Amino acid sequence: MISSLTAEKLACARGDRRLFENLSFCVKAGQALAVEGANGAGKTSLLRLIAGFLAPAGGRLVVQDAAGESDDAEERGKLVGWLGHQDGLKPQLTVAEQLAFWAALYRGVANAAVLEQVGLKRQADLPCRYLSAGQKRRLALARLLVSQRPLWLLDEPFAALDTSGQALVAQLMALHCGQGGIIIAATHEPLGLGNESLKL
Amino acid sequence: MSPFFTLLARDIKLAARSGGSAFLALSFFALVATLVPLGVGANLGLLTRVGGGVLWVGAVLAALLSLDRLFQGDFEDGSLDLIALAPLPLELTALAKMLAHWLSTGAALTLLSPLLALLFNLPPAATWTLFLSLLLGTPAVSAVGAIGASLTLSLKRGGLILPLIILPLLSPAVIFGAGAVSLTLDRLGAGGALSLLAAFSAGAVLLSPFAAAASVRLNLGG
Repeated sequence: MISSLTAEKLACARGDRRLFENLSFCVKAGQALAVEGANGAGKTSLLRLIAGFLAPAGGRLVVQDAAGESDDAEERGKLVGWLGHQDGLKPQLTVAEQLAFWAALYRGVANAAVLEQVGLKRQADLPCRYLSAGQKRRLALARLLVSQRPLWLLDEPFAALDTSGQALVAQLMALHCGQGGIIIAATHEPLGLGNESLKL
Repeated sequence: MSPFFTLLARDIKLAARSGGSAFLALSFFALVATLVPLGVGANLGLLTRVGGGVLWVGAVLAALLSLDRLFQGDFEDGSLDLIALAPLPLELTALAKMLAHWLSTGAALTLLSPLLALLFNLPPAATWTLFLSLLLGTPAVSAVGAIGASLTLSLKRGGLILPLIILPLLSPAVIFGAGAVSLTLDRLGAGGALSLLAAFSAGAVLLSPFAAAASVRLNLGG
């Protein structure tokens, strides 16, 4: 478990363009941070930076855990549960196959209860090409659960979901925070977790 | 199952399912090998002479058909981000994908080659050499190809540039592979050519995971 994620004077550049600089924040275990901002403000870039895909143009990101602190991007990536704006699903594989694959890849456990939790139990043997956008999103949420990572990075977690789906996301996020996890979400809608928000 | 074999099994499954690349590569290989004798005509001596070279070039091109999707499919739908965050080093990810590509194309093409050698009237000894040379050489095609695929993964039509990058690099494999078949036809030992081919293949398989992983990292940050 990690106890906090701290950004110190973080800067991000894409090509010659500076997206943001001097960005500092600290998220402790059990807390959530909503990242807000106009389209193109750099919300996704901030998430990719935290996940370690992008190198910061300045400043640093520090993860604090029981063993001490570390700013190594590779190590941080192994803590990340990722929900990108793409679902990362293969149309040829069935719902159960995909979940089993991701669970094994992340050394997690896939069980039918997770599919029931996200409301896809009846679709377990259906190839993903027959799923709607919202159902794919629910499967991506199931993957996030089986990956069992403490630091959730969510890009537009409410996108494409119906009312019950949005309620499900809110419930899962509250549960994750309750278990001492950290959530950083790029969103245009309130997370409803009594969280702080960061304006880019 | 360990993450490495999980990824390997999933890539093979995707290649074997409908819309996958395994069947495509095999049919392409078989069609090329059938068309060349039709074009060259029924001169058995000539066909035997060019057989090794034609089958080697055919196998390389067939394996190339699906190479551009090695990383691109996962990159486009966002899976590559998730794979990169998994507890598997990107070097091993690249190796797993390479191995899956080889098993679904290179190994399958090798198994089919003795049958297609009949169309070129290759004698048994030369057919055996062809089989051995493909078995030793096709891993190099997947390995060198993986470097090319990782470089072009974010390009919309990367499949068009890919052959320009990797075909020149694969010329040693074609030279030694087809050369071994010719040497066998001339009753000279093919051992030297096969050894060089094996060395080239081993070098490619050992080094390319590092190159491919570095290139995937660059592309994920781009």
